[in-house]
Amino acid sequence: MAGSGGRCYTPPPVKVSVDDIRHVALLARLALTPEEEAELTTTLDSILQHMDQLNRLDTTDVEPTAHVASVAAPFRDDVVTNAPDADALLANAPARDDDLFLVPKIID
Amino acid sequence: MLTDLTIAAAAERLRRGDLSAVELTRAALDRIAATDSAIHAFLTVTADEALAQAAAVDAERKTGHDRGPLAGIPIAVKDVIATKGVRTTAASKILADFVPPYDATVTRRLRDAGAVIVGKVNCDEFAMGSSNENSAFALTRNPWDLDRVPGGSSGGSAAAVAARQAFASLGTDTGGSIRLPAGYTGIVGMKPTYGRVSRFGVIAYASSLDQVGPMARDVTDCALVLQALAGHDPRDSTSVDRPVPDYGAAVARGADEGARGLRIALPREYFGGGMQPEVEAAVRAAAATFTSGGADVQDASLPHTEYAVSCYYVLAPAEASSNLARYDGIRYGLRAPADGLLDLYRKSRAAGFGPEVKRRIMLGTYVLSSGYYDAYYLKAQKVRTLIRRDFERVFADADVIVTPVAPTTAFRIGEKTADPLQMYLSDVFMISVNLAGLPGIVVPCGVDAAGMPIGLQIVGPPFGEEVVLRAARAFEAATSWHQLRPPELAEGKPPK
Repeated sequence: MAGSGGRCYTPPPVKVSVDDIRHVALLARLALTPEEEAELTTTLDSILQHMDQLNRLDTTDVEPTAHVASVAAPFRDDVVTNAPDADALLANAPARDDDLFLVPKIID
Repeated sequence: MLTDLTIAAAAERLRRGDLSAVELTRAALDRIAATDSAIHAFLTVTADEALAQAAAVDAERKTGHDRGPLAGIPIAVKDVIATKGVRTTAASKILADFVPPYDATVTRRLRDAGAVIVGKVNCDEFAMGSSNENSAFALTRNPWDLDRVPGGSSGGSAAAVAARQAFASLGTDTGGSIRLPAGYTGIVGMKPTYGRVSRFGVIAYASSLDQVGPMARDVTDCALVLQALAGHDPRDSTSVDRPVPDYGAAVARGADEGARGLRIALPREYFGGGMQPEVEAAVRAAAATFTSGGADVQDASLPHTEYAVSCYYVLAPAEASSNLARYDGIRYGLRAPADGLLDLYRKSRAAGFGPEVKRRIMLGTYVLSSGYYDAYYLKAQKVRTLIRRDFERVFADADVIVTPVAPTTAFRIGEKTADPLQMYLSDVFMISVNLAGLPGIVVPCGVDAAGMPIGLQIVGPPFGEEVVLRAARAFEAATSWHQLRPPELAEGKPPK
């Protein structure tokens, strides 16, 4: 029993390990430095601890809200409305060859 | 000074012919040149294009064609909004050299209204932040105190308007990014209802929350810009096809009738706690102003308010992690030297994204990953429903809800960068409005002992922009806070 001021502080359980961070970084296609891995392990852990407050709410019969707009996705006719302009589309390409985007070799 | 004019006043002089769009644009460009080395609001100044646009407006006006109140008015655009032929970076290294091949719908609507785009303004990288400190390129400073943040993420949009560099600006608001910086810099900023303004050509952050809106020096000017932006766009599937009301008429009603008959709710969860006492006092005084103007002000409850930040920081990063998957170094954007395709993705994204963007991508990927989806993402979507219902209940008996903008006025540069969670909590009074998709405006309602502006938020039901504008104008007409300006600029000398 906790008396007056007698309650001990128990640190909350750690949710995120550095292995979790490495796994998620691979999913997210992010190369992280060891320093970034360490920093993200700590900050994601504290953010997720804070988010645990959501579990105080009973949401058993509550519908999820994905979107506030009540309209269904609208349909349109399948017609081209813009003129083809390869140069405009390729102008920002980091590497191009004529009308093509250049990428690293993916099949030997 | 010409740059002190409101849009409404400048438009009247342009119409009368005793001021030209070129003169007005030169005044804005001169003001930017004189002050931006201190403020750092702009990432790109489009002086030549702006003067050419202004000259075209003047020439057109001579032929008798008047495009309306924005014709010839210098406006700044947040750098997450595409501008054809003008670099658009999202304040990120990954888009440092990106030049859009098309205009966003809101950019085109501004151009169609004859507005003169003077440049692209700074923001937090990909609009992720509350202080503007997450920009990869510049640290925008608050014109009221250069040691303080202007708020974020639309901090450049806010600072440019407060510093009289532009007459209005466009911002975007996903979790308070228009309203928080408007409050921190003593200007008026409005987030319209989700679906009211097109996001086509706006670099996506969290698509179920993002909305574009105006920032200006008073409510009338804000409504003038909103009028140009609002309306259905077939190119944004979330844009709602319903008529656009006459916002000017709503503003006029606020001036003519004041707050008479308005039912105003004051949610108790938005007061107390760690709030700066001057902020609470100013908002309570604003409520009293409404009461003496004939409004019926009642206490109300939004019981799930305390869950909004957690809810948002599950949902927004989840959506961001998906939206930002497109930055892969292939079709546009930064590409890092790499060995193979996977390595190219990982190294390009590592080199291109800053720390906060990486943090949100990681958080979002985590909450969506196998085993955590139900516990975080689905749970947060259900809590979002509870937050929406809170507002529906209050709006059954109220026309608008009035709240503070933030627990404190603008904080100091560097004060919250070490602790992301503390930074996230700056948005505590902003975020519910995005989760519920509601319109909200921020107007100045006081200053604290340090002379920093205090903002008042007025929130309406879905598509309730008219009653929000009416209430905001009624408050403005009864007070003079909107006439205050940053002190070092008032003395006519450039900031330190």
